Amino acid sequence: MTDETPVIRIRGLETRFGAQVVHHNLDLDVMRGEVLGVVGGSGTGKSVLLRTIVGLIKPRSGKIEVFGQEMAQLDQMGRRAVESRWGVLFQDGALFSSLTVAQNIEVPLAEYTDLSADTMDRLAAVKISLVGLPADAGDKYPSELSGGMRKRAGLARALAMDPEMVFLDEPTAGLDPIGAADFDKLIRRLQKSLGLTVFMVTHDLDSLWAICDRIAVLAEKRVLVVGTMDTMLRHDHPWVHEYFHGPRARAATGN
Amino acid sequence: MEETNAKLGSVTTGDSDGLLVLTVGGCWNIGGAEKLESSLGAVTPRPGQSVRLDLEPLESIDTAVALVLRKTIKRLESKGHTTELVGARPAHAAFIDLVSTNDRPTVCHPPKENPVTAVIEHVGSGTYGALQEARNVIGFLGMTLMAIARCIVHPSRIRWTSLISHIEHSGLNALPIVGLLSFLIGIVMAYQGADQLRRFGSEIFVVNLIGISMLRELGTLLTAILVAGRSGSAYTAQIGSMTAHEEVDAMRTLGLSPMEVLVVPRVIALVVALPILAFFASMVGLLGGGIMAWVELGIRPALFIDRLSSALTMSTFIVGMVKAPRYSPSLLPWWVATKAFGLQVVQKALAG
Repeated sequence: MTDETPVIRIRGLETRFGAQVVHHNLDLDVMRGEVLGVVGGSGTGKSVLLRTIVGLIKPRSGKIEVFGQEMAQLDQMGRRAVESRWGVLFQDGALFSSLTVAQNIEVPLAEYTDLSADTMDRLAAVKISLVGLPADAGDKYPSELSGGMRKRAGLARALAMDPEMVFLDEPTAGLDPIGAADFDKLIRRLQKSLGLTVFMVTHDLDSLWAICDRIAVLAEKRVLVVGTMDTMLRHDHPWVHEYFHGPRARAATGN
Repeated sequence: MEETNAKLGSVTTGDSDGLLVLTVGGCWNIGGAEKLESSLGAVTPRPGQSVRLDLEPLESIDTAVALVLRKTIKRLESKGHTTELVGARPAHAAFIDLVSTNDRPTVCHPPKENPVTAVIEHVGSGTYGALQEARNVIGFLGMTLMAIARCIVHPSRIRWTSLISHIEHSGLNALPIVGLLSFLIGIVMAYQGADQLRRFGSEIFVVNLIGISMLRELGTLLTAILVAGRSGSAYTAQIGSMTAHEEVDAMRTLGLSPMEVLVVPRVIALVVALPILAFFASMVGLLGGGIMAWVELGIRPALFIDRLSSALTMSTFIVGMVKAPRYSPSLLPWWVATKAFGLQVVQKALAG
């Protein structure tokens, strides 16, 4: 499923807020077609890492390559070209509140393509259905949706441009266990059928077991270890051990 | 509109045994989907002719391209042509299936309103809103006065730190903008007033004009409007953000009165700060007028001050200053504050 060129290649990343160092000398590769779960304690900079990769936070130093292009070297047009190849799902969906769900999905379509209004509506309808929203959700406003539906709508917007890669920031946080499990299945199904690469920040051990091909643990200001669930279970760093062998972890594995 | 990363493949038409063969090849993606649709749309088979869509040379596909292919097939079938899809790779066929199963009628946009009824509705809801707002403003004024009265009876309830900080933010920090505006108004009045008064040969009365209007009316009015806009919107943003973050709810569960914690210090701060600001504005306005009178009419500062003292009485000054707190406390800034954010939100948050 994966080939050798990483879609994201991070080397020596340093991020700071004032005097507070968030990442120091952080390296990470994300392979094409994989689901990478990023875990770490609160305040270890998981979301900061995601926001740095997509360009919302400027790193102090280090190199971030996406699709083989170094982000810092790109001009505005180059960035736009890269940005149209990824989608981002923020924690609460981050839908535009003055637009309906379908119109939210059409925002990137109208910005980046010259599709006709009819094709855009049809394409929005396809995405709404793909993420498992009912057909009558199309003309609803974000305030009329539940938290889980907002996340699905946010995912539909992230998928609008048929991106090669999606960034998910805690996709299952705030969902009930059934909703969370459904969302996991949805991500896995879409990842398979659309051939997506998924970069997922999560706290949800069930998600890690259910859908992640590899897991990256953020600790001590860097990526402590990357690997499959087996690697995690064998790792002897105290935090990693506690995380993957704690009572909640055992519950997730069913032991 | 621009096409970023648009991939354009090829569309060729051919004929085989009376069959119209449409061959879609190369790489297509969402950026080129519109072009693909128009290329396919330009193809018009003879009536009753069957169409074969050959996807054998197609190298890449996405949901937009799959949707265009599906739309084309539907269009041809609705015109009575039989169609067949051949040569699609399994992955591409799966994509077209995925889109086909998910392509369902969906309402995407809110219904368009009738412009005539929309105007009527707008007027109606505007009137109703204005009445409701009037009631809310009066209610809020009452609540504020009650809270202030409670604070006067129990002075220990006054939040001094907060009060001083608001005096700094709404008063001290407003000095530059208030000063700038009244200085410029002073200059304009001197210049324009001199222009008119010169016709009667009574340029010297420009001093009376500036002095009386600045001290009696303009200094206070300019300050009140500026502070209403400046601090009113700042208060709205602060309290609105606190409401959104449930801070106001938290206060109430902790037994704190949001009116006393949030509203009273701001109102008292404005009552204290406005007269001072208004005085400052008047003085800077006189300064601007004086400079212009000197430059334009040659009225020297000593003469200016002399004329000023004969034109003004103490009551002119006092009338202006008395107006300041009357303009200030609740009406102007709170009107702006509540209007900008929608009184309901702030008030509901505060009153519960």
